[in-house]
This record gives sequence, C-alpha cells and structure tokens, in this order.
Amino acid sequence: MSSELLKLDSVHTHIGAYHILHGVDLVLPRGELTMLLGRNGAGKTTILRTIMGLWHASQGSITFGERDITRLATPDIAGLGIAYVPENMGIFSDLSVKENMLLAARSARRASQMDEQRLKWIFSLFPAVEKFWNHPAGKLSGGQKQMLAVARSIVEPRELLIVDEPSKGLAPAIINNMIDAFGELRATGTTLLLVEQNINFAKRLGDRVAVMDNGRVVHAGAMQAFADDEELQHKLLGLAI
Amino acid sequence: MKIDFDWKPLALVPLLALGVLPFIGSGSTWLTLTVAGLAMGMIIFIIASGLTLIFGLMDVLNFGHGVFIALGAFVATTVLGLMGDWTGSAELWRNLLAVFVAMLVAMAVSGAVGLAFERFIVRPVYGQHLKQILITMGGMIIGEELIKVIWGPQQIALPLPEALRGAVLLGDSAIEKYRLLAVLVGGAVFALLAWTLNRTKIGLLIRAGVQDREMVESLGYRIRRLFVGVFVVGSALAGLGGVMWGMYQQNVVPQMGAQVNVLIFIVIIIGGLGSTGGALMGALLVGLMANYTGFLLPKVALFSNIALMVAILLWRPQGVYPVANR
Repeated sequence: MSSELLKLDSVHTHIGAYHILHGVDLVLPRGELTMLLGRNGAGKTTILRTIMGLWHASQGSITFGERDITRLATPDIAGLGIAYVPENMGIFSDLSVKENMLLAARSARRASQMDEQRLKWIFSLFPAVEKFWNHPAGKLSGGQKQMLAVARSIVEPRELLIVDEPSKGLAPAIINNMIDAFGELRATGTTLLLVEQNINFAKRLGDRVAVMDNGRVVHAGAMQAFADDEELQHKLLGLAI
Repeated sequence: MKIDFDWKPLALVPLLALGVLPFIGSGSTWLTLTVAGLAMGMIIFIIASGLTLIFGLMDVLNFGHGVFIALGAFVATTVLGLMGDWTGSAELWRNLLAVFVAMLVAMAVSGAVGLAFERFIVRPVYGQHLKQILITMGGMIIGEELIKVIWGPQQIALPLPEALRGAVLLGDSAIEKYRLLAVLVGGAVFALLAWTLNRTKIGLLIRAGVQDREMVESLGYRIRRLFVGVFVVGSALAGLGGVMWGMYQQNVVPQMGAQVNVLIFIVIIIGGLGSTGGALMGALLVGLMANYTGFLLPKVALFSNIALMVAILLWRPQGVYPVANR
C-alpha cells in the first residue's frame, strides 16, 4: 500500500471564465494531518471542492489511493471514503441533529441501525451532539453546528476527512475541543486535510503544512519546521509574529 | 433548548372559515361552502404537492405540470368509460373500485410520461430558470395537442359514478358525497407524503436535498436519481389530482391543466416553495377563499386568490412555511 493517500498532480480549475487553480501539486501522506494555509483568495476552498468533484479539474489529475478520481462524480468520490465539511458546515437546519447524523450513515436506514459503539465515541468527542440529539440543527449555536458537522462526517469510518476552516468563528474552549477531536481521529489512522486561517490552531495540530498563493502550492513540508521558521511564515502568510 | 412549532399558519384556515361566517349569515350555507372549499383545497393540494417538491428539490420551474393534470383526467374518462358497468352500479364499493382503478392507471400513465418529460425536456435545462419556463410551457402546449389528437379537442363528460352522486344531509346543510371523498383522498395523500418525508430515509434525503443538494451529494448520495424519482411521483400525483379535479368539474378539456396551473403556483408560493405542509395550508386557503368569494362576491372571485397570496407574502415574504437555506 502506498504511503500517499491523496495526490494532486498539476491540477488546474476554472470556474466559469476564472482560472482559480494554476497547477496545484499536493500529496497527503496516509494517516497524517495536513494543514492547508494561505491568504484569502489563494484557492484553498477551490482545492477542497475540486477534490470532492464539486468543481472539476480542467487539467491535471487527482489520485485517491490507487484510483484516479479526477472525473468522478461527487457521490462516487464520497463513496470511496472521503468525508467533506464545507466552510458553511452544510448542516441541514430543518432536520434534527439525529436526522443529520442518520443521513451521513449511508449503511443505516433508521437511527437504531447506526453503529452504537461509534456513536458513543462521537458523543464523547462532541457531547453537544448527544445533548441536542432530537433538536432541530438550525437552533444550534455556531460552535455546536461545527461539532455536528464534524461528528456527521465521521459517523461511519472514512479514510480521508477534509474540513474547510474548522475553527472559524469558534470560541477558544470549542477550538480546544476541536483540536482534541482531530487529534483522536488522527490516532485512529484517519488522514486529515484541514484548511485554516488560524495559524496557532494549525501549529498545534498539523503534522504537515501546505501553503497556497495565487492558485499554487508554494510551500509544502513538515509543520514543525514551518512553525520554527518565522521568516518563512511572514513571507508566505504575511504574518507579523 | 425550546422546540417551537410554528402554529400561526395553521390558525389561518379556521380564522378564514370563522371570519366569513357573519357575512354568509346562514350556518348551513357556510358549512356547505366550507366543505366544498376544503374538498377543492385537498384536490389542489394533491396536484401542488408534486410541484412544490419538484421545485424545492430540483429547483425546476415546471410550468408544464398542468399537462399531467389533463392527462390524468383524460385517462380517467377512458378507464371509467370502459368500466361502465361498475360506475353505473348502485353499489358504492363497485363505484369506488372503478374510481380507484382509474386513479391507478392515471397515475401510472402520468408518471411514465413524467419520466420522459424529465429526460427530454427538463434535464437539458437544469439550473436555467428562464429556459425552464419557456421549454416546460412549450412541453405543455405539445402535451395538450397530443391529448387533442388522442381524445379529440372537445369537452368530454366525466360523470360521477352512481353512488357518489348527490349529497348527504347534515342538519340543514347538503354536503356532496364526492366532496367528502375528495377530502378523504387528499387527507390520505397528505398522510402518505408526511409519513414518507418524515419517517423514511428517502424522505430524509428529499428534505435534505430541498435545503442543500450539494451537501447531500457530498455525503455520497446520487441526487440525480432522487430528482427523477421525485419528478415521476410529482407527475403521478398531478395525474391523480387530474382525476379528482375532472370528477369535481364533471367534465374535462385539454386546456384544464393550464387553467389549474395558476392556482397551483399560487398555492406553492403561499406555502413556501418546497414545503409540503405549506402547500397543504396554501391549498386549503385557496379552496376556501375561492368558494367563499364565489358566493359572497362572485365578481372578485378570480382576483381573490391573488389578493390572498399578496396578503400572505406581505406577512411572510417566503411563504407560510419557508424551507431553510432557500
């Protein structure tokens, strides 16, 4: 089995007349947590949507495991074991928390058919999901919705979890909760790709880092080395540290 | 955390019904009009429920929905014509069985035509509202002409089966038997839809798809198949509604779909696009309003439902039960 779970090779993406990704090369090692950083408009969200097939690459290739997924439809990509949490969290606000979870459990037709042990584990990571189980998801706070979005994405085992800005707008206590949860997920062997703006969140959690600028990955490597190099951070992200 | 049900739209139906009582004066007349309005509302709901799901889930403005109404009604004329012995019988169960067979055949034919309509007319224009309006209206015109080719351009009588004619007396009020049947069928359709939408995984997918199609796909479901299924069911329901509407009017014309189209669009706009419960509320309000104004102020009857829609949209611009994320 290859040590690379996902590989993007010279991926270009156009959205209408706009050329957003200009040849992205990115490798996600199996079982590691990669942080995707970059300024606003660098193309981070576009990479995630291109991986999921929500926007198709106009050139280049995307390989998941041994399989070329560049031209696959979104449901087929998800079916291979990739879970996606978009920036807006994608919560179905008219449905209850339970129904949101059941929807993501593809093998279950009723709530009683969901994996009980796994649910208990998810509840231990995100107690709010259990507390508000029968409540409308639209009534949850922003932090609770983010917990539900991540909980929903892992209701069944997935090989790769990609999350767009998991810490956006969250209180520090909830961010710590998220860091613990992603750490546990990594410990179970799940590969993670997180888009982040919060550099401290990224430094605490990432094994690897990729930095984007103008639709390209301009730096990729170990997070520790990146975290130690303040000049590089300043150059790539414009951070005054 | 408090779970609150929005009861205010539910109160509109009894408020409207009770509000007109002093103007009508006679209790028996009011009861007759109210049952007639509820029956009309239930038939409109059967037709509109499919359209609201098609719009809510697929974001398709199907102005050709009316052709399935006409198709269902014309199929019923043929089926009931062939079962003349059954419809002419004085036994209620034989009449009901004939109507049931006509409904099933009408739904099957409308559903099958709906499958072709989705494939060849709607699918090429997904996501393009202006083209959807034009091409589905064109589809309806073609459908009407095909109905004229098969059944002829003239009006065809669709008499009620023997035992469903006449009225039952409730005090001084005469309640037509067929209207009671319409209320029962409409209630059954609503119960079945509500059960499917709220108690099954398919229903869960439809409700989720109405809110965020992209996320449903990201969870691994092929929403295109769901689209086709909902379109077929919506068309079949329109066919069923056509049978009910044709028997309500006791005659059918190829243009009947276009005539009802305006009413059903008013209903789904009042209800909140994509909301089945909202469509029921909208249909009952429209049915009652049409009957009350037809009795009290016949000259404004046509305008009354437009006025009702405007009033409700001023109160709730997205309809009485708006679907989140739309």
